[in-house]
Amino acid sequence: MRHMKLGLAFGTAMLAMAGTAAAEGELNIYNWGNYTNPDLIKKFEEQFKVKVTVTDYDSNDAALAKVRAGGHGFDIVVPSANYVRIWIDEGLLIETRPDQMENFKNVDERWVDVDWDPGRHYTVPWQWGTTGMIVDTSVYKGEINTSAIAFDPPAELVGKINVAPEMNDVMSMAIWYMGGEWCSDDRELLKKVRDKLVEAKPKWISMDYGVIEKFQSRDFAAALYWNGAALRSRKANPDVRFGYPKEGYPIFMDSVAVLKDAKNPENAKLFQNFIMDPENAALISAFANYANGIKGSEAFMPEDMKGAPEVDIAPEHQASGHFLTPCSPEVTELYTRVWTDLLK
Amino acid sequence: MASAGEGRGVALRRTGFSVKRQTGFGVIAWLCFFMLYLPILTLVLFSFNADQSMAVWGGFSFRWYESAWHNQTVQDASLRSLQIAFIAAILATVAATMAALATTRGRAFRGEQAAYAMINTPLIVPEIVTATALLIFFASIKVSTGYTGLGYLIAAHTAFCIPFAYLPIRARLESMDLTLETAAGDLYATPWQAFRRITLPLLWPGIIAGLMLAFVISLDDVVITELVKSGGQDTLPTYMLGQLRRIVTPEINAISTVFLLLSVVIVTLFFLLSRQRS
Amino acid sequence: MASARDFAESAERQDVRRRWALLSPALVIIFFAAVGPLFIMLVYSFLQKGDYGGVRWAFSTDGWFSVFFQRDIFDDTLSFADAHISILWRSVRLSLMTTLFTFLLGFPTAYFIATRPEKSRDIWLFLITIPFWTNLLIRTFAMQEVIRNEGVINTALLWLGIVDQPIQIMYTDKAILFGMLYVYLPLMVLPLYASLEKLDFRLVEAAYDLYATRFQVLRRVIMPLVKPGIIAGSILVFIPSLGAYVTPRVLGGGKNLMLGNLIELQFGQGRNWPLGAALSMTLLALVMVALLIYARQAQSRSLRHG
Repeated sequence: MRHMKLGLAFGTAMLAMAGTAAAEGELNIYNWGNYTNPDLIKKFEEQFKVKVTVTDYDSNDAALAKVRAGGHGFDIVVPSANYVRIWIDEGLLIETRPDQMENFKNVDERWVDVDWDPGRHYTVPWQWGTTGMIVDTSVYKGEINTSAIAFDPPAELVGKINVAPEMNDVMSMAIWYMGGEWCSDDRELLKKVRDKLVEAKPKWISMDYGVIEKFQSRDFAAALYWNGAALRSRKANPDVRFGYPKEGYPIFMDSVAVLKDAKNPENAKLFQNFIMDPENAALISAFANYANGIKGSEAFMPEDMKGAPEVDIAPEHQASGHFLTPCSPEVTELYTRVWTDLLK
Repeated sequence: MASAGEGRGVALRRTGFSVKRQTGFGVIAWLCFFMLYLPILTLVLFSFNADQSMAVWGGFSFRWYESAWHNQTVQDASLRSLQIAFIAAILATVAATMAALATTRGRAFRGEQAAYAMINTPLIVPEIVTATALLIFFASIKVSTGYTGLGYLIAAHTAFCIPFAYLPIRARLESMDLTLETAAGDLYATPWQAFRRITLPLLWPGIIAGLMLAFVISLDDVVITELVKSGGQDTLPTYMLGQLRRIVTPEINAISTVFLLLSVVIVTLFFLLSRQRS
Repeated sequence: MASARDFAESAERQDVRRRWALLSPALVIIFFAAVGPLFIMLVYSFLQKGDYGGVRWAFSTDGWFSVFFQRDIFDDTLSFADAHISILWRSVRLSLMTTLFTFLLGFPTAYFIATRPEKSRDIWLFLITIPFWTNLLIRTFAMQEVIRNEGVINTALLWLGIVDQPIQIMYTDKAILFGMLYVYLPLMVLPLYASLEKLDFRLVEAAYDLYATRFQVLRRVIMPLVKPGIIAGSILVFIPSLGAYVTPRVLGGGKNLMLGNLIELQFGQGRNWPLGAALSMTLLALVMVALLIYARQAQSRSLRHG
């Protein structure tokens, strides 16, 4: 019994410790893992005397499921472009009117009239990026601006390709590769897409997250993955290049939105305005190595990001990038079936 | 035949025959220990890597310990993990010990089988199922009560820890000799006295095993925690799950090493305490 | 006479009441934080799927239907959902293998510990659990360091000249097996040890006196005596393996799903909660079947020997 008491005493002491969160001036951010610069948070905390807590999630759907269930305690969420519409339609967000905020003038015109939030009535740009082909050019010296790297891999790359386990990215690139449109429900096309994916899969080594260290150790020679990781991989392995598939590649933007049941909506709005300041936006990018959509932030960015080909899309590649609009439930079901067939 | 066999037995015993020996078991056991420690040692080694890689050795350095030390999120998450595991394991062990006593002593009673099945349900329900079910259930409580504290995580962890604590305790109780307890009863000891003086000391190894199992299981949990947690309640595993998508640096190794060390100290303490007692 | 019986009966009633009281904390916690919510899951498996995840409150058997059958997305013919079935089979196969291998490794280890001098047993047991004081993800990463192409095993094999090219273990079913073996081993060793520790070696000695060989002793005397431990260990290993999620995702490279990943997919990107719920219930049913087989076996065993 003595040990039990000891344990209980220790336990309750720890419990008591947990209950001492600052009561005033809080902000709860719910964001992707390893995506939020601690320096940015520190700066915000000091400037506004607010205690910020960041909680991680690892997929749009996990975040959506959690918030929709209610009682989550978050103020801010950072959904990806194609998901923002769902969040708005489901009535989960406050119309905070970032377009009327002081720092809104800094937002690049390109990111103002976006189709998931025209005129920016709900959301503020966080970071944007692309999904493309990361290739180790010491292994493969051919053309890298094509999805064929993943779907019809050249002999040098067979067995050394990683594909991100993201249904929407992979499906969209495969559909474009087979000459279709995103959200298409054309069965003939989808059959071809499925057959192509099933045929390509044995030539991939894995479908996994976390590629940077594997490019460094040369476990991977190619990957269908995000540009920020490509930049970080190039820093670790100078032979690595990022290709923008000419058949079509997805562009994503994660945007900061305030939740309807936020407990600290005013602080959340302060945060939205805060990150539209170029200096602060540069802090976001400095951490995760994606672009941010705020004019003038380049000046504050780390040297190795300025003009990096992974971040600044060359003009000849710009036309083939597309945003992924949310598809209808019927189409999503079809895509899930193709995806399950691929992973069986 | 018989005499030849007898001769063999005698001969064997004379040359140091051990009834406990089984050929090759020692080797396998050592192999097992080697297998268990190899990954851990690699992990610890790479926490001292000067390079940003978990694979390529770039010289000795403490840089990841420094960066983990300055990482407030990691500190918070680690503390929270320990705290939940500690409370949940203790609550689970107490509940499990009580339940084990109720289901092993005396005659079988109506509903005992059902109670036994119920206690073991968390074992058979896949985590992802419980997690989603809990997300829906707890969310409705959170909305109606407004309480979003750690209580939910602790309750969920305690629930799935109970069977893990229950199994070794029950196994121990079942194998215990009842005559001592009966004797104590014959000597007019109250049930409580008999429990404290006889049952508990004999049961102690089972309780320790149960507590340790429960603690490990709670520290381990990713899926349920991920779905039940509210804002600012990341534990170390869910923090790491979030990291998976981006990049993993040896900072994770450094945190794990510290965590390992800390846990070992706690367990050692427990061990010393329990040994001192017996 | 009658009063004595009354007394005995009331004492027994009191005893039963006391035992329910002892059981209640465990039962209450488990009901509210584990079992009760499962009924919600069961209900969900009979609802329609919501457009963006979640459910619509209308009765439907679509979820259950698509666990086993599918209408071909291309020509609309009805067929078995072979994607789901092959994922199911992979999960069962890998879990059985994990259970077998943890037993083959775990039994000698538990035996080894149980036959050490009493004083040092705790220390050995302690050594078994140390690697497990760190969480599942970390352990899985650690395993990855060992089996990857530039990992410890391949480096050693290359250095020794046993192979001239690294063996590809990562991202195969072997990697998942290695990972689960590593992760679930203590769950086998601890209950086995609990049984072996109380093994009465006088019985073993008696068997040797009857001219049993070492293997016969192991097979006919020791194993039956520690059967409760074997069953407990196997259940503890088999069941989490069946629903494993993290290990296949990290070590298997996410190319080949196991059931846990499939369920997560339906609750996540697939946005088909009723199917996810129905798959969960299927998994649960599978586990029940396994338990029933165990229970049957244990029962018939004890009858034969009793």
